[in-house]
Amino acid sequence: MIEIKDIKKSFEGHDVLKGVSAVFETGKCNLIIGKSGSGKTVTLKCCVGLYEPDSGQIEYDGRNITAMDFNQRKVIRREIGMLFQGTALFDSLNVEENIRFPLDMFTHMPLAEKRDRVNFCLKRVNMENTNKKYPGELSGGMKKRVGIARAIVMNPKYLFCDEPNSGLDPKTSLVIDELIKEITMEFNMTTVINTHDMNSVMGIGDKVLFLHNGQKYWEGTNKDILQITEGELFDFIFASDFLKDLRRRATY
Amino acid sequence: MVKIFEEFGSYLLLLKNSFARPERATMYWNETFRQCKDIGIGSLSIIAIISTFIGAVTAVQFAYQLKTINLVPMWWIGNIVRKSMILELAPTISALLLAGKVGSNIASELGSMRISEQIDAYEIMGVNTPAYLVGPKIFACVIMVPLLVVVAVFLGILGGWAAGLLGGFYTPAEYLRGVTDNFKEYDIFIMLVKAVLFGFIMATISCYKGFYVKGGAIEIGTASTQAVVLSSIVIIVVNFFVAFLLL
Repeated sequence: MIEIKDIKKSFEGHDVLKGVSAVFETGKCNLIIGKSGSGKTVTLKCCVGLYEPDSGQIEYDGRNITAMDFNQRKVIRREIGMLFQGTALFDSLNVEENIRFPLDMFTHMPLAEKRDRVNFCLKRVNMENTNKKYPGELSGGMKKRVGIARAIVMNPKYLFCDEPNSGLDPKTSLVIDELIKEITMEFNMTTVINTHDMNSVMGIGDKVLFLHNGQKYWEGTNKDILQITEGELFDFIFASDFLKDLRRRATY
Repeated sequence: MVKIFEEFGSYLLLLKNSFARPERATMYWNETFRQCKDIGIGSLSIIAIISTFIGAVTAVQFAYQLKTINLVPMWWIGNIVRKSMILELAPTISALLLAGKVGSNIASELGSMRISEQIDAYEIMGVNTPAYLVGPKIFACVIMVPLLVVVAVFLGILGGWAAGLLGGFYTPAEYLRGVTDNFKEYDIFIMLVKAVLFGFIMATISCYKGFYVKGGAIEIGTASTQAVVLSSIVIIVVNFFVAFLLL
């Protein structure tokens, strides 16, 4: 479980997060949604320690990461897997080397064992036999899947995904969402997903946090969200007149 | 003014973190060897071409001057070419050339990694990114630049010999006499001091400029240009102080 308590963050005098608190539960897909500039990415980057919050606490199963120094954080960071928006695969390494990198750096496993682990992760994301391919040879969806494989190779307890569906077609987006959901349940991870894709919200949003102007505006499940009839969240969900019209017809 | 001090402070912090204890020594060694290969082997041909012709043109220029004066024996040209190459031309011209080639490459590589979140990915894994990404580049430059400068000296002297023969300014024996006459090991020491310092300067400035890039493709280009310009200026200034203090 990850608990964020009253997180505040500003950049050059501009308040981006104005005191956000939330609990991300284990074994569930916890989604952070909101318009562009609402503070989703900053919240995620504060959680993983890429940004230092100005105030507030972030606790990983009771361990306050904000009070830790670099070396203490290393322990928690090795329990974290992250899928980046642009996948952030290392260009100079092939698929196998990309996935194996954390194992090479932080474990003393024999090479054969590391290869088995890499192949297991590749199989898990349906990317067998792509070991020798370079990131430049992969499609967007394949890169995301390799990104997921790299994120789970160290058996993380916490998985963060920043816009996992950005740049993907709707069908591939569904595949990626389902994969994240399956992996979360299979390995009992605490998964936090930053998205503005409503298909993801409805498909895998066990818990949804809606941010607006750097504050928590709404919190609930993907079933609760359909009950919303007005306000910022309603405008976000039914962003187009077409969707609003569909909603009206469904209601009457 | 405050911004300059802030930048210098973050430059020093980056340096401090670059020499932190590695998580896995073999990974760092592999990365250092990879950088040595890229920087050393990758720059060998351009250093060879430039230094050969610099040695040659130095010989031709001095032959022209000495012929006009007609007071100094022509074997001195070998001596002048050797001294110029060891003390000034090989370390300084090679460093300026490498600041352009290697420095811009380092800045744009790190800048692209920053923009594409690859550096963030390393940090999330718990890797000390300055130590893993910057440290090996500094070590590689400090090792490879002196080696390239030594190659430049040999090829420059060889270029002077070839130019003299082609122009008929002196005999090979005269040139060899000039090259070997009054040789001081201290000159080699100064050359190596310069080469190590210049390698350190170009690596650290380029890494600093690339590592902290913010924005996109335009900013990567700007960082790369700044790395080359700043490295070149610092190299020229440091060159003066080394000459001033050690000669």
